[in-house]
Amino acid sequence: MSSVGTISRVAGPFLIARGMGGSRMYELVKVGEVGLIGEIVRLDGERAAIQAYEETVGIKPGEKVVGTGKPLSVELGPGLIGQIYDGIQRPLSVIQDMIGPRIRRGVTPPALDRKKKWVFHPEAKKKAKLLSGDTIGIVQETPLVKHLILVPPSIRDGTIESIAPEGEYSLTDPIAEIRTVNSLEKLYLTHTWPVRQPRPYKTMLPTDVPLLTGQRIIDAFFPPAKGGTATIPGGFGAGKTVMLQSLAQWADADIVILVGCGERGNEMADVIEKFPRLKDHRSGRLLMDRTTIVANTSDMPIAAREASIYTAITLAEYYRDMGYDVAVMADSTSRWAEALREISGRLEEMPGEEGYPAYLASRLAEFYARAGRVTTQGREKRQGSVTAIGAVSPPGGDFSEPVTGHTLRLTRVFWALDFALAHRRHFPAINWFMSYSEYMRSFESWYENVGTDWPRLREEAMSLLKEEEELKEVVSLVGAEILGDKQRCVFEAAKMLKEYFLLQNAFHPVDMFCPINKTYHMLRLILEFYEKAKQAVGLNIPLTQVLSLGVREDLARMKIVRSEEFEKASKEITRKMNEQFQQLTRAAEGESI
Amino acid sequence: MSVTARTGRKFFTIREISGPLLFVEAASGVGYGELLEVHTPDGEERTGQVIDVSEGVTIVQVFQGTSDLDVNASAVRFTGETLKLPVSMDILGRVFTGGGKVADGGPKIIPEDYWDIHGAPINPYSREHPTDFIQTGISVIDCMNPLVRGQKLPLFSGSGLPHKLIASQIVRQAKVRGQEEAFTIVFAAMGITADEARFFKEDFMTMGVLNRVAIFINLAEDPAIERILTPRLALTAAEYLAFEQGMHVLAILIDMTNYCEALREISAARMEIPGRRGYPGYMYTDLASIYERAGRIRGKEGSITQMPILTMPDDDITHPIPDLTGYITEGQIILDRKIHKTGLYPPIDPLPSLSRLMDKGIGPGKTREDHKQLSDQLYYAYAEGKVLRETALVSGEAALTKVDKLYLQFADSFEREFIGQGPNEDRDIEKTLSLGWELLSVLPESEFARIDPDIIEKYYPKSKRRDVEESIVS
Repeated sequence: MSSVGTISRVAGPFLIARGMGGSRMYELVKVGEVGLIGEIVRLDGERAAIQAYEETVGIKPGEKVVGTGKPLSVELGPGLIGQIYDGIQRPLSVIQDMIGPRIRRGVTPPALDRKKKWVFHPEAKKKAKLLSGDTIGIVQETPLVKHLILVPPSIRDGTIESIAPEGEYSLTDPIAEIRTVNSLEKLYLTHTWPVRQPRPYKTMLPTDVPLLTGQRIIDAFFPPAKGGTATIPGGFGAGKTVMLQSLAQWADADIVILVGCGERGNEMADVIEKFPRLKDHRSGRLLMDRTTIVANTSDMPIAAREASIYTAITLAEYYRDMGYDVAVMADSTSRWAEALREISGRLEEMPGEEGYPAYLASRLAEFYARAGRVTTQGREKRQGSVTAIGAVSPPGGDFSEPVTGHTLRLTRVFWALDFALAHRRHFPAINWFMSYSEYMRSFESWYENVGTDWPRLREEAMSLLKEEEELKEVVSLVGAEILGDKQRCVFEAAKMLKEYFLLQNAFHPVDMFCPINKTYHMLRLILEFYEKAKQAVGLNIPLTQVLSLGVREDLARMKIVRSEEFEKASKEITRKMNEQFQQLTRAAEGESI
Repeated sequence: MSVTARTGRKFFTIREISGPLLFVEAASGVGYGELLEVHTPDGEERTGQVIDVSEGVTIVQVFQGTSDLDVNASAVRFTGETLKLPVSMDILGRVFTGGGKVADGGPKIIPEDYWDIHGAPINPYSREHPTDFIQTGISVIDCMNPLVRGQKLPLFSGSGLPHKLIASQIVRQAKVRGQEEAFTIVFAAMGITADEARFFKEDFMTMGVLNRVAIFINLAEDPAIERILTPRLALTAAEYLAFEQGMHVLAILIDMTNYCEALREISAARMEIPGRRGYPGYMYTDLASIYERAGRIRGKEGSITQMPILTMPDDDITHPIPDLTGYITEGQIILDRKIHKTGLYPPIDPLPSLSRLMDKGIGPGKTREDHKQLSDQLYYAYAEGKVLRETALVSGEAALTKVDKLYLQFADSFEREFIGQGPNEDRDIEKTLSLGWELLSVLPESEFARIDPDIIEKYYPKSKRRDVEESIVS
């Protein structure tokens, strides 16, 4: 059932239509003679408030509005991977082919290519009784993604009446028929799902596996969980975007959905140009074979920006249901919140803090609640996860503003980006005192498998940094002259830890990615040097002699040693370190005799 | 700007006038965003645009302001058109008002086409990522925060700081290495004084670049609302020159703060719910619709590089105007009052400044292989030196170690020799980079954690070093 109403007001992306009785909240509508896509955001008797996903210039009161009877939905099926969509899942490459380099309204190409044929391998047998989430067949979507065609959530259970034999099918060819209690349903390679509704799963699992990122400071100190949530707040120039892109490239996820939500066009162009050429470090294939990009830049319509993060997380849930670990990286949730604020303002709703609507917190909560590690529906007991990582752009770098505040309450990992670090080009500019990962405790056993002394190393490193910070305060009060070699040793070791370990160059071919074993050994070696240096200083060996040991150079260059050669290098460094410190001690003892 | 259609009915039903807005009753068949003529009782014609339309009331903003308008004798005529700029190559060498009217006494533009001044968003898929280094000849920009063709890089200034001088130096010196073609300049001024306008016009004249400049000037005494149009008109001209005529355009927008004030004024007149500090909640989106018009498009020859200039109210970078700008533009060049007070020109503080497209624009073949690492090291050393300067202030130089003192020395000479240069001094990138190495050489090599050893060896060979290492050990 679809209603037809009449536009009575147009104000930017916001419209009011009357005669919309029978419409539902969040129903998709076609606006005006040109048929712009819009969504109902408020109902008041026969009157509906509509946000339009396209430019409304030229729309007049009196034009018609037609309800579609359906909420804003995405199309799910093979062909999603490698695509670049706008906020409401319109493929940007197809739009370019249709109308050139500028986005104009009234163009709605299908999200998935109708003509393309996919090779379908049936898995289910005729007469089999299947539950929602059971596998009907398989399509190899990309070299990296085996796409399971599942009984969609809309069908609870049923019996397979017929199934297509192995062969090539397009998205419009039926591949199976399933008899449910009420009817006989045709199944296709694709189905649709409303973006604002979470997809169902069977059970939620504990988040006790870290999502490794190849970034030393994160993997060693503040790891996120598979199925967990994390946030990166930072003012402009603190390095959020570079960091999210590094994570998208290196995170240990099967599939990555990258969302550019109200961000820069040139930056998206960089991603769109760069990603298709990047290699996936896990398989050696192309990164785009496991990535989907949702790009709604700041100059594109604002309502589509609001929809973009829902579009992205729905795609993520869809692949999660196949048993994949999916990571959604959203840059930036502040722009999404601003879209919410703008629409709310036009609706003349009562504003909350800083003009944001009062429901900002609950909307954010709804988004982050869709992350999780789950057992999927169906008999096959697949496990999959959606990890949600959101950048936040606090105005003026002020972390007390509403979006940052709410996000911090809702997420469990916090990477605090620090201007002071960014200004001295210390990247990633993650502040080691402010950041945290609430998952650390549940990862202990996992980390002990990498190295039994992990927890000890981590603590030592942190207390070294703290000690340095405290000493710095003392120095700023009374001067460096009072420092003995023992305290200077703390300074030097902390500096080594920062420069040789925490500092990581996202653009250096080797340093950009650091495997967890290498991270572990690097940390271990630096702390071992510190330990030995302390001992040496304790034997009254001058610190300058310790610092001039050749092995320090090797420690400095560790980060650019290739990971395959690292084991050998690390043994060599250990050997050199022992040897050089022994010589030092012997010489000192010789003197004292 | 021109109104091509002379059709449409005339309405005498203005009910209310508030600030720059008219509330017109009983106008039917009016579309959102439509352009209209506004007729004053004295027979003057102005231009307006529909910003809210409903069955009862149409809200119109009048670009030339509402003074002298009344509710009885004034009338509006809707045109069914949107705002368009007549474009042709003739716009070069010409001066226009902030509303797009010819302001140099010359003939009207004979248009080749009319372009919608709001443009249309560029499909991110169709954008080409900017990669060509622009040499401005200013060391602290070229080495530390280089500008790239197609980038939008604002100057964050403050009242009384020499941003005009810097902008003019960049206009004069900017070039892409290896290419002879000079930049075409589109200059949009919003709310500047007649004095400032004269400075720029004369400057362009003496530089001899006037024939490749299109100038749009909205003066401080012109209606604030016209400022909403000025950058859009200028960027439409820029888009025509870049993407239709294949030229490389450098668009200078000054002063975006005045633009934002106008935005706030209109928002208040509409009684909208204000966001931070009274600025409208959609200011980010509005600014994005201006700044995002920079860039390159795949398959097209030209490019638009934007250099917006804004004065930070009270030098406060967290103020909504610089803040939102910084979130949209690809970096920022920050002018610093403290450096300015020491008499140095240009008073650019490299530490909080940033060019996000730096990595794409520099390196072998573009500038030099050592550029990135050298600039990282300079950053670190200068930051370190500045911190130590504070320490020394509090607890005296005695609080510093020997290496600390070298950092202090570095910071001083870096400011004096590297940041400081003449307003007419054009340093090429080789000269800038060598200067960087020379200044760094007061520090021992073991401090260079950000530079690969082979690069150090190549550009800072042992033979050239002063005896720094020894001086520290002793």
